Parts: sequence; structure tokens; C-alpha cells
Amino acid sequence: MTAGDDIAAKETLAIRSDQDVVRVRQLVRTLAVSVKLSLVDQTKLVTAASELARNTLVYGGGGTVVAGRVDNGRRSGIRIVFSDNGPGIPDLDLALTDGYTTGGGLGLGLSGARRLVDEFDIDTAVGQGTTISVIKWCR
Amino acid sequence: MERVPVLKIGDILLVSIQIDMEDQTALQLQEDLADRIVATGCHGVIIDISALDIVDSFVGRTLATIASISRVLDAETVVVGMRPAVAITLVELGLSLPGIRTALNVERGMELLAREREAEFDDDADEDDADEAVVAAS
Repeated sequence: MTAGDDIAAKETLAIRSDQDVVRVRQLVRTLAVSVKLSLVDQTKLVTAASELARNTLVYGGGGTVVAGRVDNGRRSGIRIVFSDNGPGIPDLDLALTDGYTTGGGLGLGLSGARRLVDEFDIDTAVGQGTTISVIKWCR
Repeated sequence: MERVPVLKIGDILLVSIQIDMEDQTALQLQEDLADRIVATGCHGVIIDISALDIVDSFVGRTLATIASISRVLDAETVVVGMRPAVAITLVELGLSLPGIRTALNVERGMELLAREREAEFDDDADEDDADEAVVAAS
């Protein structure tokens, strides 16, 4: 399955600059409101998207984001897929550890974003790139 | 790139972030504030984030850095107006903003700075008294 095939009315954005990270936040905010996520869940999802979009830019050398509504029959939610063709993540466990960073940040982006969403899947291959898919479900 | 204005009110620099900041804008604010603290000699900085609907790790780190830079330049920073959902998200993200003073709104932030400044003056006065006492005793 290509990442994001199950997303209804999906929107795609390129992530190539700081400004694009802001655009990703705006897109995700609009989507989160449209499926009526609670205010706290909207905030969590937009924050997670901001962290992951920045990772795509800083570590992946830029990439794309695909986002939209998903339904599992019982609930609806928002799925966001970040992909880049960057260097990939050699040690995933380490990268998901709080405080670990190779980029001079706080090392909370990946591990923190995972805590803020309901589903978090990561697919990475050294030299080929990284794809991260997250879902936040309505309660 | 947009820029966040820094206002001087008495002995305080007031920053109200009203836009969804690009990372570069946040870094620019950090520099602008350091320059303004030195140029004005202000002893307090209030950063109002009540208009921000998210604070991610980058903005959180920038706020912490601003607080550290201000302290080195003899100014205290108070972050005010954080929304409840932002506070919940920040803590879950793993960012508890150690070293940052917070207050619920601008007014309370100003009170906090005034109190601290007063306490500092009192300490200085006590030290002066102690020095005089030593001089008198010798």
C-alpha cells in the first residue's frame, strides 16, 4: 500500500523551508477542526505535525506531507504521512529515545510526537529515506 | 519573514507573539530581545504567548534560551498567557520549560517582576547595612 491510500480528500504539501513547516501546521489545524477533534487533541496533533515536519526538513533534507481524514467504521480521525528521501535513521530505538539528537535540538521531536498521537508508524531505510505515519482519532 | 515587535513599557520589555512563527522568526526575536535589553537597560522581559495555539519543542527551546540570555544580561523573563491545552501538550511532549518563570497573564507577570526587583533591592540594602556594620566595628 502506498502511504496514505486510505485517506479521504487528501491534501499534499511539499516541505522545503521554514515557511512550509508553518503551512503544514495550518493544514493540520484546519483538518483537526473539520473532524471535531477536542481542543486538547487538536493542539497535540498540530504540535506533533510541527515536530515531524521540522524533522522532515532538517534531517530528511525536505520531503512531502500527505494529510486527510480517515474512518475505521467506528471513529474518524486525521492521518498524516511525512516522507523524505533523506539519509534514513540507522538506529531507530536510539532515535526514539527522549533527549537523543544528532541535530543540536532537544531530542524530543520524534519521541515527543509519538506520545502526542494515537498511532505512530515509522518506516526507514538507510540511504533511502524515512516515512512516518501518524493518526489521531476522535474520542 | 515576519518580525515580532518588542515594546518598552517603563522598566519592562513586552513581547506579544501574535503570529504563527517560522523558526527563523523565533531566532530573530531572540536576537532582537538581547539587543533591546542591552540598549534599554530594562530588567524585565514579559513574553505573552496567549495568542499561540501551539508551542512545539523549537519554540519551547527558544523561550528557554531567551530566559537564559536575559538572565546573563541582568533581566528576568516571565512567559505569560499560556493556554491550558498548550500546557498539557508541552508536558506530554516532554518539555517542562525548566528555568522559565511563568504567570497567568501580563498583569501578574508585571507584579512578579516588580516583586522580584523589590526583593533584590532589599537584599542589596541588607548587604550595604552589613558592610557598614563591619566598617563601624573596625
